[in-house]
Amino acid sequence: MTRDLITLDGVSKHFSPTPSLAARLAGLVTGRRPAAVRAVTDVDLAVRPGEVVGLVGESGCGKSTLARLVAGLAVPSAGRVLFEGRDRASLPPRERRAAALAVQMIFQDASSSLNPRLRVEDIVGEAPVTHGLVPARERRDAVAALLGRVGLPADAMTRYPHQFSGGQRARIGIARALAVKPRLLVCDESVAALDVSIQAQVLNLFMDLRRDLGLTYLFVSHDLGVIAHIADRVCVMYLGRIVEEAPAETLFAAPAHPYTVSLLAQTPRLVPGKRRFTGLTGEPPSPLAPPPGCHFHPRCPAAIPRCRSEAPLLRPVGPGQRVACHRDRSEFLPETRGSAADPAVAS
Amino acid sequence: MTAPVLSVEALSVAFRTEHGDLTALDRIDLAVSPGEVVGLVGESGSGKSVTGLALMGLIDAPGRISGGAIRFEGRDLVGLPERDLRSLRGTRLAMIFQDPMTTLNPVLRVDTQMVEAIHAHERVSAAAARARAREALVRVGIPAPDERLRAYPHQLSGGMRQRIAIAIALLHRPALLIADEPTTALDVTIQAQILAEAQTLCAEMGTALVWITHDLAVVAGLADRICVMYAGRIVEEGPVAAVIEAPMHPYTAGLIGSSPSRNARGAPLTQIPGLAPSLGRRPPGCAFAPRCPSATPDCAEPPPVAALPGRTALCRHPLHGEVRA
Repeated sequence: MTRDLITLDGVSKHFSPTPSLAARLAGLVTGRRPAAVRAVTDVDLAVRPGEVVGLVGESGCGKSTLARLVAGLAVPSAGRVLFEGRDRASLPPRERRAAALAVQMIFQDASSSLNPRLRVEDIVGEAPVTHGLVPARERRDAVAALLGRVGLPADAMTRYPHQFSGGQRARIGIARALAVKPRLLVCDESVAALDVSIQAQVLNLFMDLRRDLGLTYLFVSHDLGVIAHIADRVCVMYLGRIVEEAPAETLFAAPAHPYTVSLLAQTPRLVPGKRRFTGLTGEPPSPLAPPPGCHFHPRCPAAIPRCRSEAPLLRPVGPGQRVACHRDRSEFLPETRGSAADPAVAS
Repeated sequence: MTAPVLSVEALSVAFRTEHGDLTALDRIDLAVSPGEVVGLVGESGSGKSVTGLALMGLIDAPGRISGGAIRFEGRDLVGLPERDLRSLRGTRLAMIFQDPMTTLNPVLRVDTQMVEAIHAHERVSAAAARARAREALVRVGIPAPDERLRAYPHQLSGGMRQRIAIAIALLHRPALLIADEPTTALDVTIQAQILAEAQTLCAEMGTALVWITHDLAVVAGLADRICVMYAGRIVEEGPVAAVIEAPMHPYTAGLIGSSPSRNARGAPLTQIPGLAPSLGRRPPGCAFAPRCPSATPDCAEPPPVAALPGRTALCRHPLHGEVRA
């Protein structure tokens, strides 16, 4: 068995507000601490070399925080992040730097993640030279090769980010990430802001890079269509927890968590024929005060009393499929409807 | 077939810039019947939002309607005095936007704004107006309406704000509702709720709905007819199911093909090469020709109309249908 590239071991991330002086004094008297946002709670996740792991969920579910934890841009409040089986926090400096370079992040908004005052040559070429991956005198050639790799002309290097379209800026962001020869790309909604036709171009580029460079991806998106297309394995998050994890085919054909089922059912599909939209009732609760037990129970059509008191743990339900739900799929989803919940992948 | 509530003929909108007039909207035709849902689909810069604003008479300088007519309930809105437009907006014509905070005043309570919207067009007592506001919130599926009426917009979630914006838009039972990407910023489960409300309400009230979006899949499930926009023109128009099953215009085909759900898992997506032209650099003939797989040299001439029963496309080489002589 191959060693995991990245392993999250019981990782949590909480954000506490910095209290004002008055709040601190009040806290001294009452002994109450300000509520922390539990962005990510006790997540176990392994990313194996060469695979594309998709992470889906709605806003506020903690998927971006999880991406930042994997990319090393956030430090876990609890738990460990292992790189090739070794705790990243306790690596010696040299290896820690290598581990950091091996995981690169590609952001949603390319224009706010590119320095507007730097030319593309500096944006893409700075990191590899600083880290000694490319000698300074070979920087130009290295940048030209990277730009070619992502489908930009070599003369792009003398220009500034504002001179490019959204799709081209996304390519610059990708070239910058590739410059330090990463093994894992963490893509946080990297195609969400792009028009469909441009999104297709960038998704194709991601797949080419995977094939040619043997890259591994953690692909975060709210768009199930994109995830269904690109991911090998999918994790579904709800309010800080992973509620279901499965190979992509399994997840889209036979979802086992009621939340996944309703997500799939409510995603608009590009198939002819008017349909009745039926909303899942309610809204995601605030991560400041998550409901007790299973976080999904107030909106869940299959909730039973046990769901209100006891948080379900991830349990295996099939090959590679784990689900955090007290109920069995057959109890809330008659088999006949199983294929009706099948999303776009079928078409 | 009922007479259309809205009929747009050869509507053009231009923006004056230091480089001369830029045409944002180029001779578009559009007809919407009572109770009908028309999806207006296009990518950024295609002119879909400008169309919505033009229908509402909300194009401000340096932009102007440079030609055409907007016939709404028997009147031409182009050139109508601002006074008359104001009395139409909010009563017969209403619009909701992508960001509900465009509609809502952040420093006023929800009830204040709703009562104000009622009083702008009708003389009713404050109590009656408040009761109507409450009823409107119930209609869009807002739980605990009395509590929401007393809330400020910032105390509400995005989905809740959008529902309130819809409730305000429907206060006077408009004949036409224009929705400009109202669910784009919302999560899938909330989007489905809003789509469900919009569907039910428009069916109940007979309100015609123009749904502007970049998301073909939303229109596929919601609309009766679809208009696909590219570079300021409606390049294809027809019943949704027919257009999605067998697009006539190569651009529509490209849009459908680049949707990840339309491709085999992991297979390369069909991509439309290149970029949409910017306003000032539109080619004289078919604006899509430089990216089009079926383009020939004569596409440098203005594209002719191709037709199928109930459908049209602006294309010399349609994938289906015949070019009209």
